[in-house]
Amino acid sequence: MARESVMDRSLLTVEYQTVDYVTGPLIFVENVHGVSYNEMVAIVLPDGSERSGQVLEVSGDTAVIQVFEGTQGIDVDTTRVRFLEEVAKVGVSTDMLGRILNGAGKPIDGGAPIIPEKRLEITGSPINPYMREQPADFIETGISAIDGLNTLVRGQKLPIFSGSGLPANELAAQIIRQARVVSGEQFAIVFGAMGITHREAAYFMQQFETTGALERVVFFLNLADDPTVERLLTPRAALTVAEYLAFEKDMQVLVVLSDMTNYCEALREVSTAREEVPGRRGYPGYMYTDLSTIYERAGRIKGRTGSVTQLPILSMPDDDITHPIPDLTGYITEGQIVLSRHLHRRGVYPPIDVLPCLSRLMNLGIGEGKTREDHRAVANQLYAAYAQGRDLRRLVAIVGEEALSDTDRRYLHFADEFEKHIIGQGQVGRTIEETLDIGWELLSELPMSELKRVRDFIDKYHPKAKESGASELGDI
Amino acid sequence: MIVGTLSKITGPVVIAQGMTGVKMYDVVRVGAAGLMGEVIRLEGDLATIQVYEDTSGLRVGEPVESTEGPLMLELGPGLLSSIYDGIQRPLPVIASQTGSDFIARGTVVSALDRERLWDFAPTVEVGQEVVAGDVLGTTPESPTVTHKIMVPPGLRGRVTKIIPEGQYTIDTVVAVLDDTYEITMTQKWPVRTGRPYQRKLDPTTPFLTGMRILDTFFPIALGGNAIIPGGFGTGKTVTQQSLAKWADVDIIVYVGCGERGNEMTEVLKEFPELEDPRTGSKLMDRTILVANTSNMPVAAREASIYTGVTLAEYYRDMGYNVAMMADSTSRWGEALREVSGRLEEMPGEEGYPAYLATRLAAFYERSGRVMALGSDERIGSVTMVGAVSPPGGDMSEPMTQNSLRVTGAFWALDTSLAHRRHFPAISWTKSYTLFLGQVRPWFEENVADDWAEVRERAMFLLQKETELQEIVQLVGPDALPETEKIILEVARMLREDFLQQFAFDAVDAYCPPKKAYWLLKVILAFYDAATQAMSRGVSLRQVLQLPLRDEIAGLKTTPHDEAIARMQQMVTQVADDIAGIEVL
Repeated sequence: MARESVMDRSLLTVEYQTVDYVTGPLIFVENVHGVSYNEMVAIVLPDGSERSGQVLEVSGDTAVIQVFEGTQGIDVDTTRVRFLEEVAKVGVSTDMLGRILNGAGKPIDGGAPIIPEKRLEITGSPINPYMREQPADFIETGISAIDGLNTLVRGQKLPIFSGSGLPANELAAQIIRQARVVSGEQFAIVFGAMGITHREAAYFMQQFETTGALERVVFFLNLADDPTVERLLTPRAALTVAEYLAFEKDMQVLVVLSDMTNYCEALREVSTAREEVPGRRGYPGYMYTDLSTIYERAGRIKGRTGSVTQLPILSMPDDDITHPIPDLTGYITEGQIVLSRHLHRRGVYPPIDVLPCLSRLMNLGIGEGKTREDHRAVANQLYAAYAQGRDLRRLVAIVGEEALSDTDRRYLHFADEFEKHIIGQGQVGRTIEETLDIGWELLSELPMSELKRVRDFIDKYHPKAKESGASELGDI
Repeated sequence: MIVGTLSKITGPVVIAQGMTGVKMYDVVRVGAAGLMGEVIRLEGDLATIQVYEDTSGLRVGEPVESTEGPLMLELGPGLLSSIYDGIQRPLPVIASQTGSDFIARGTVVSALDRERLWDFAPTVEVGQEVVAGDVLGTTPESPTVTHKIMVPPGLRGRVTKIIPEGQYTIDTVVAVLDDTYEITMTQKWPVRTGRPYQRKLDPTTPFLTGMRILDTFFPIALGGNAIIPGGFGTGKTVTQQSLAKWADVDIIVYVGCGERGNEMTEVLKEFPELEDPRTGSKLMDRTILVANTSNMPVAAREASIYTGVTLAEYYRDMGYNVAMMADSTSRWGEALREVSGRLEEMPGEEGYPAYLATRLAAFYERSGRVMALGSDERIGSVTMVGAVSPPGGDMSEPMTQNSLRVTGAFWALDTSLAHRRHFPAISWTKSYTLFLGQVRPWFEENVADDWAEVRERAMFLLQKETELQEIVQLVGPDALPETEKIILEVARMLREDFLQQFAFDAVDAYCPPKKAYWLLKVILAFYDAATQAMSRGVSLRQVLQLPLRDEIAGLKTTPHDEAIARMQQMVTQVADDIAGIEVL
């Protein structure tokens, strides 16, 4: 029953003045007819202002509605409710690039209104698994710990697990500034900010403006003091725009969502208000399914050029990776980047602890013709050497450095240098070649006999081998 | 026909009134869009329905129509190499029929290709008495699998018509019994009911996976079941896919239950390219995929597990060994929990319904080795391997614990092994199998007499290493006597040269049990000789300098036959070489 025009809508739509019960972000409306599940609703308050909401449940002639802008000021007497006969939609257009929108997709930067090319349902539909194309190309973030060791691939979803006080926002801003696709195709970023503070928002805005990154960014902004429930719309609206840009406008789209923890808190708030049976730590039992309807919207589709890649950021409460939010996220996403408080305290930026990090799709996006032929081998060798150095640190704490062999001492030193140079790159962006070259530089401090995993590439890339000619080192 | 009206909609669960006469688990069509759903509770004339598709836009008052039957699968030739969603709708057909890259709602498609012609060859004659399960004819379904057209369960009689050899579609009546019962090439079966068989048999043949740690240390039998629990990033899916590729069975049913879309794409891309190592045909020719990714409707996810096992049972009934992989059963448990929550049922542990254990037991009990229906006493089996995704890697959670009670093997994936890049990250200290006694005779007969003894000794050394490591953590390795240091070294060889296996290496991806046995044998020979030499006064350093160790490390990637031949020599060579070391 699609409406013909705005005119028809105002003529035909019935307004109900039958609010019966208000609790938290929910209102219950009685004696309604023909209401559909997930339908959008306009609520007219006693003071004449209007809010929007969505039907969460219909039971006989009662509808349960979640109000996006909060229920303050709603009464049971005079508040009027109008059902809009459509599910939540967002207008999409390429003109959205460079614009700042609120959590529901309305411009808030004072610029001209955006004329949508289309209006699309924000819930989206699951991609038919048969029609998916396997992710295969590299996205350069300019961050060595990601590009070199846990490569992001187009169509992947790779979250950043942060903790309170860790510089996740700085990292996000840096990635947004630096990220590029190597092949030089059209690249866009959709940034969905959920429940971030004014200070953080100002930081992002200032970063984007000074670096000129804003022109390729669609910025959805839901602030910490904006209505909680609006947060449930933000990632979906952002992804709808991303899908449009990717699959209809052939762009490579990177979606950064920050902070998913705020999203999950909002989900819990609504669930509690509905008096649902709580799952772990009070989060609803369907949180896995709900999160998957966001994360699974990353991907590529057969026969289309564009791709949607996701980089969600979340804070682990109390740095606990087993907390339901990082845990359920980790089960859906294809790997994770983990920030470490320990490295942060030592002044390493970005403080990425590479050992628990993983990019499941890395192998699909690296190697000859994509990054460089030695990429896999160098990453393996760096990983192995760093892990060994870290193990030795623990041992040194017990037996002292004197007890170590020369090789072990070199590993110990390697681990320090690795944290300082590979991980701690600061605000400077690096190309993948630079990252790999620095990797070789560090590896060259280890004895040749230890470099088992890069053996095939020593002649070509090892700094010392390059200097002294390959022949004498050939048969190591 | 029973038609009611919608009276309540809350997420994937809806309530319809005026449904008198409808039965539990009947399939209904909900709303004007005709969304597929299933009755899961009855109360007076109210029916509670879980809907297999997204319910957005449904409104109170829309019609709900009963199909007056439970959720059925259509079983017949053409199942192999298909890719279905959780309720047996072929995904490629959905895509071509709707012309969309996304899953549209209310799509009705046939599970099998109705146009395709199959070469049918009858195996019975007119006048013959047949019972349920008897084979009426066969058709080559794939280069390696012969599909048997069987008398459906519950039927028996005298063949009064059988069509001659030729090409027919699946809807052709191929036989008539007692002039009344017409049998086509397909039959229907409700997914929630196990298919009948004559009797269960004791599982005695091992389910060979080609993974050394599983085949040697924790083997299960054909018809057995195992769970693979592990936190994220430990390699559950890689392990499952590796099993699907290499397991020594005739048919694979792979259920991607609430997992990642890109992972299904990987399976879809790889399987048609990979060769079945035993037959040389494509892996996809023996595989059925059921894909219900995490963002597809939750109720269909609940059904997908049953869809998978019913498909598996159907091929079991033809006398095949079938393996069913479910990745992951935790997502199925969560689907149960979500639906139970919407029903406002009293929750059990961690919000899971109290009947979780019952459902799990009923599911895993559908595995087994059986004598199928029919007078020719065919033997087939369904082996189940279920991945479990415990929240936070905590194995005390209800899904893991309830699954453990009803399955025969526990292949525990360990996060710390995964972080150390030890793959497969299966823990040798936490895993166990209950099938050892049943499959041991097979190994002793087909691999070596002392198979069990060799296995036992290797396990002991690994166990001892764990204890010694605790001491090393406290006092450093130098405090250990030489005899214990050699245990650490040998255990390291066991870990690196035996347990670690490269899933991506052409040779090492699959290891036959004989090769695994000889690898252990060589490493143990090394240990014995070294211990003996050290009792003569030879130092550990001298033993470790032997070039042999490098050769042992290279064995797993050496082609199987060559490696086995070499290792048979090495057992004596190791002893000789070490015995030849002079005391300094």
